[in-house]
Parts: sequence; C-alpha cells; structure tokens
Amino acid sequence: MCQVDEVYSDHLERAAVPSVSKKCLKCKEAAAAVVIRAGHSYCRGCFREYFIHKFRAMLGKNRIIFPAEKVLLAVSGGPSSCSMLSLVQEGLSQSAHKKLRFLPGIVYIDEGGAISQSMEERQRIVAELQAVFKGTGFPFHIVPLEQVLDLPSSVLVTGPPTSDQPASAYKAAVDHFIQNNSSIFSAPPDQEETSPPSQKETSLPDIQESRVHLLQQLIGSVKTLTAKADLLNILRQHLLVHTARAEGYSKLMLGDSCTRLAVKLLTSVSLGRGAQLPQDTGFSDPRYGDITLMRPMRDYSSKEIAFYNHMFKVPSVFIPSLETKTTDKASIQRLTEGFVTKLQADFPHTVSAIYRTSEKLQTAFRSSSTADSSGRCLFCMCILDTAVESASAFNMTLISEQLSQTKAAGNTKAELQQQSPAEPESSAPAGQCCSSGGGEDCGRAAGGGGCCSTDKATETPNLRSLLCYSCQLTIKDMSSVDHLPLYILSEAQRRQRRSQMREEISEFLLDGEDD
Amino acid sequence: MPVLCSSCSHKRAVLKRPKTAHSLCKECFFWAFEEEVHQTIVAAKLFKQGERVGIAASGGKDSTVLAHVMKLLNERYNYGLELMLLSVDEGITGYRDDSLETVKRNQEQYELPLKIVSYEELYGWTMDAIVKQVGLKNNCTFCGVFRRQALDRGAIMLKVDKICTGHNADDVAETVFMNILRGDIARLRRCTDISTTSEGEGVVPRCKPLKYAYEKEIVLYAYFKKLDYFSTECIYSPNAYRGHARTFLKDLESVRPSSIMDVIHSGENLSVREGVKMPVQGTCDRCGYISSQALCKSCVLLEGLNRGLPRLGIGKHHRLHNKILSQQPLTEKEEKKLKSVDF
Repeated sequence: MCQVDEVYSDHLERAAVPSVSKKCLKCKEAAAAVVIRAGHSYCRGCFREYFIHKFRAMLGKNRIIFPAEKVLLAVSGGPSSCSMLSLVQEGLSQSAHKKLRFLPGIVYIDEGGAISQSMEERQRIVAELQAVFKGTGFPFHIVPLEQVLDLPSSVLVTGPPTSDQPASAYKAAVDHFIQNNSSIFSAPPDQEETSPPSQKETSLPDIQESRVHLLQQLIGSVKTLTAKADLLNILRQHLLVHTARAEGYSKLMLGDSCTRLAVKLLTSVSLGRGAQLPQDTGFSDPRYGDITLMRPMRDYSSKEIAFYNHMFKVPSVFIPSLETKTTDKASIQRLTEGFVTKLQADFPHTVSAIYRTSEKLQTAFRSSSTADSSGRCLFCMCILDTAVESASAFNMTLISEQLSQTKAAGNTKAELQQQSPAEPESSAPAGQCCSSGGGEDCGRAAGGGGCCSTDKATETPNLRSLLCYSCQLTIKDMSSVDHLPLYILSEAQRRQRRSQMREEISEFLLDGEDD
Repeated sequence: MPVLCSSCSHKRAVLKRPKTAHSLCKECFFWAFEEEVHQTIVAAKLFKQGERVGIAASGGKDSTVLAHVMKLLNERYNYGLELMLLSVDEGITGYRDDSLETVKRNQEQYELPLKIVSYEELYGWTMDAIVKQVGLKNNCTFCGVFRRQALDRGAIMLKVDKICTGHNADDVAETVFMNILRGDIARLRRCTDISTTSEGEGVVPRCKPLKYAYEKEIVLYAYFKKLDYFSTECIYSPNAYRGHARTFLKDLESVRPSSIMDVIHSGENLSVREGVKMPVQGTCDRCGYISSQALCKSCVLLEGLNRGLPRLGIGKHHRLHNKILSQQPLTEKEEKKLKSVDF
C-alpha cells in the first residue's frame, strides 16, 4: 500500500510542474494563486485588480448609467449576484480608483412560496441575506414572490424610455456631475444606514396564507418543470421591473455570469426563443422601455467568480430553487445546464464560444413596433414572433397537428389553403386538443375534456394569440390558465378588446402602425 | 383496449407520432407525413413546373424516404418534375459500396435514372486512401468538403436545375447548435434556410423538402412502408463534437418532443447584428468554384493530399494560399506543421 501511494504521488508531482508556471502572469513577481484558464495564472493581488477592473470596464464601455442614476441590483443570494454586489460596493468606496457614480439599491425576490418552503425556512434565509445587505449600507427591498399576484397591469406596458440621450450627452452629464457635486457621495453610507425607508423594508413583509396558496395553485397548474421554470422567470422579471418602477429606479442590474448566459442562450434556443436571444443575453435589455435591464457580470465565468468570492470572502447564501435536487432530464433548463458544464469540462472553449455567438446577435430593438404593446408578448414582453411566413417551423407544426386530427382528406386540404400565415390563432381551435389544455375554445373539450368548461371559454381570453411562440409552449403545459395573476388576465382582455376595436375600424385606418 | 386513430377514428392506431403525440393508423400516418412534405414544398415554393431535380441519394433512410416521397408527390400533385437520383461514391470499402447497392435497387424500384460520381474520378483520391494518409481524425473534413463539390459537379453533368437533399428536422436543429457552439455566425444564419439561393456558376441550388420531418417519423415511415434502405454508421470515426450536439438534441426531444421544431423556429428568427464581419463570397482562383478565400477548401485539401501535407486544409492556413497559388516552396517549419501527426 505504502509503496503504491509513493509512486502515485511522485507521478502526480512530475505531471503538475511543467504545465503551470508558478509566477503571476501579470506582475511576474508574486507566486501565482489562481489559474483562470490554461496559461493564465495570477497572484492574489493581480487577480483582484483584474476582477475589479473588468467590472468597471464593462460599465465604462457601455456608458448607459448616468451619474447619480438610481440602479437596482437584483441579488438572488447566489455567488454571481453576490459578487456583483461586492463589486458595486468596492466601486463606490472611497479607495476606488475611478469611483462609480450611481446610487445603488438591492432587491431580493423570495421565491420560497413557489417551492413550498415553510415560513420559518423563508424567514431564516431572509435573515441571513439581511445581514449581508445591511453590511453594504445600501437600501434594500425584500419582496416575496406572492406580491406578483397583486401587480398592476401597467407592468405589461412598456414605459417611455427615460435615458434615451445620445452618447455625447453622457459625457456632458459626467462633466457636469464632477464639477457640481462630488459631495453627494461623501454622505450616503451613514445616512442610509439610519434612514427610515431602508429600515422599513428590512423584514419580510407579512404574507397571507391565502396568497401563498394561490401562488402554489398557479405553479401547480403547470405540468412540466420546463414550463414552471419558464413561467417563474417571467413572473420574477415582472416583479423586479415593478419594484424598480415603484421605488424610482431606472436601471436593473442582473448578475448573470458568462457561464450562466451560455446556458441561458442554449436554453432559449431550445425553447424557441431565438428571436429574443439578444435581449435575453445581451448587456442591456430595453424591452421595458423606462427600466433598462443590465448584465454587467456577463464577462465573468462562474469559475472566476467562485475564486474571487472564495479568496476575498464574499458571502453568498445557498437558496434552493425549483430545480434543486432534480435530475438532468427533469427540464430543458437543467438538461442544458448539464450539457454546457460537461462539454466545458472536455472542451474549455465551449462557454466562451457560445458567449461570442451571443455578441454577434442583433441587440438593437426593432423600433418600428416598440410603441404599441399589442405587438408584444403578454408574458415576456418581446416582440411577437408568430407572424411568420407560411414555410416556417411555426406553421408547419400547426399543419402537423391539423393533419393528425381531422377526418376527411378533402376538408383539411381546403382548410390548409385558407389558413393565412399572419393569423395563427385562426387555426388554434383545431390545432389544440383537450389533452394539452391550452385551447379554451376547443369545441370538443366542452363535453368531456375536463380541463375547460363552457363558461370559462367566454370569460378567459384566448391567450395564445397574445403570446410569442415560446410562451405559447409554456401555457400549453398548463392545465388551466385561470390561476394566472389577475394583472395578466385583465391585460389580456384589454388587448383583445383593443384588437377587436381595431378590426372594426380597420377600413378607415390609413397606416398599419398606430401609436 | 385498442387505441383508435385520432385522424380517421375508426381504424386501430399503430403508432404514436413523435412530432405531435397523436395516435394514428398506418394509412393516416402515411397520408399525414406525405401531406406535410407536400405542404412544405408548396409553402416554400421549392420547385417549378418542368424542372429537372436531382435527389441526392446515399442509400440511407433519409434519402430513400425522400426519393420515395418525391416520386409519389410528383405523381399525386402533378409537380411536373423530372426526377433523377444522384449519388456520390466516396470510396469507402465496406460502407459506401454496400449502400450504393441499395441506391441501385432503389433506381430499379422507382424507375429513376441514377448518376454516380466518385471521389476517385473527380479528385483522384478515395476516402480509403485519404484516411490512410490523414488518419481517423479530421477525415470527415475531407469527406464533407469533397462531397459538397461532388454533388454540384454531378448535378452539372446531369444538367439538373435543383438538388434536393434528405436533411431532416433533427439535422437542421443539430446544425443550429453546432454553429452556436462554434460561434459560426454566417452559417448559423443560413443553416435554417430551406433552400440555398443561386450562388453563382457551378453551384446548383439545393433544398431540403424534409426540413420539417422528424428523424423518428422518417424511420417510422420507412419501417411501415418497408422501404429498402441501408443503415450502418460510416466506418471512419463519426464526428465526435457533433455527437455531443446530437445527444443533446435527442435528450431535449425526450423532455419536450416539440423541441426540435422549437430549435428550428429559434434559428429561423435569429437576427444577426449589423457590422459583424461576414465572409465575402468569391471564386476559387484555381477551379472557379465558390470560395470565400483565394483558394476553395477542396483545392487546399487536395493540394495538401497531393503534396503529402494533409494538415494544410485542417485549421486556418489562409496565409499560405498565395504561396500555393504561385507554386512557391514552403519552408521547412511550415511543412513540419502540416505533416500528419502520429498518435
């Protein structure tokens, strides 16, 4: 035994020496402490500098945060968003080389209700996070996911963009800021610690038992984990945007790392969200108009973040999610994550290659249809991608469904030819069978489907036509759409009424666009 | 209790469609499958009356089903197409020679003319000989590049207006992933196109009538129609990296069967940023074939083979193109790099 061990360790040592240089790549003096990727080894100090610089460079390059702007940091408790929080803290500190000039706040969405956590468990996690948040001195907002049930419909309407100033205005604003008031920042830290508003928000607000139940009913009505995770994402984003609006923030920072975004990109492709990829994975996401979503951590790999958090004691809190302790094949999101991580282990360029692909995608929002919210998906607020040409995956799927159901050959042919590509909803009744539950107005379902009754068909709006391709897939996996929050259902009704009105007056409208 | 067909609702269902999860009887499945291909052809306006169309036939399931369905639809809907089979003989003993036998049988069964072009006559190299020099790694690069050009040359010999290939939905979805993983934005953008636009001289437009057909349904179709096809993996190592994308796609399909179509939908709706550098299409200085470089890939590969430097076309050696064109000798260092690596 002893001998075997000796031979083995000797072998290991010999193998390790030539591959990694022991000196820091940057200062070439200190001993290397981390190897970020093959050939890139840094000492502690240089790694810290590199890590911090990257954050400032990312913000500096994109120039979308104006001085003294209020920026809300979405912190989930995970390593990446906690690292982001620590970077902002570092950037605002007196010792920072080039100080950040915005006013940060923190938001945490407590999703314990969605995964049936006990109140005690939820409070324990919140207390742990509070300790972290209090340490920063920033104002923070702890929002239970249950609040999504009480959002106003205005969440689903894009606001007028506030910071639509050109790049030149940015420079002027910065100069102006530097001349006038650098004093704002000398005061805040202690001021905010004592300020009552931040104190008010510190504890988890009371959550009514009935609300928790309603949320669980909603999550329970979704039949697959894939759709659950997708819906949860959408609800979370609505709540984040609402919180930002309500508290007067105009930017929302998300902590997605490069690794996370690579997984997200492949997941989005797999879920049929190709048209929204640039918004879903780009640095900034303008889909809400007045609130811009930002992803300043998109240059960091999860490995770098783990190193930094470990070396510089950045606290993070483990919080179980829907997908915790599930198998690889439990959902598309999980499957993709497993795929990317495994491939990355064998081919270390995987994540960066996917990331580079995302960089080359169109980030500019097609401005023509931004004004009207009826052209946007009711859930994810992206421009609808369902009005496609007849030779497309979307229409061919509808055709497949029709062909597998209808009886006489002659009929179907006529139907198919009638079907116009621009009106996918016209074929929805035929294309949806009762078992998938999405079609409220499905004639056959009224009899024995059990998933939808006749009166529901009149009350519940037909959501499908208001959703993008991918969100349609999500509601297809729901046994009923009745449990959706009221703000979604009432906005759906409003949009439907508007489109009916539009139809009635269509012959008098001169232009296709209306503002 | 027998499940009834969800389409005709009187016959017994024999299969569950992988694409829509409906239970269908044999006849209704055939009809649905054929009708879908027809709808694809009509909606994408793939063919015009009176055109000569070459069906790229390998003898495998996809091309066998394609040949069968094309012939059937051409008669059923009076496309007025003149169909013929076009095969490429890569020269792989124990694989392609056997599959070509299948194609020859198909030719008799479907009464379509057949043209076989071989790597040996076009390039002077069989795949067997190439593998002997290159080894099992990277040989798919040679095969793939040569095949593309071989099909075009065969198509010109047959004087066809179009080639249709047996690429199915799974292939297209898989290619979307491959191009994302490789960061190949130019290919990512065009890989979901159902047909190539006319690219210039010497290039025949191609289309994929089975673009929206699931691989599983193609197998089901061939199985129930008892079609004669050849199913063996190529004996030279399958492309490892593509294998990962393939497995991933199959896993996705098992989680959510619509995934394959969802991926294609994503691919069809991607928007590429302006200002991203795209390869510019030109022509090869040596053979006149389309190329984004001074020399087309197959000329570079061939040059490498003939000079005994097989690695010339593997990876990027654009700098050497001018040297090759002007027939300058390579330096010793360059030569060393391009010799095949022993492993």
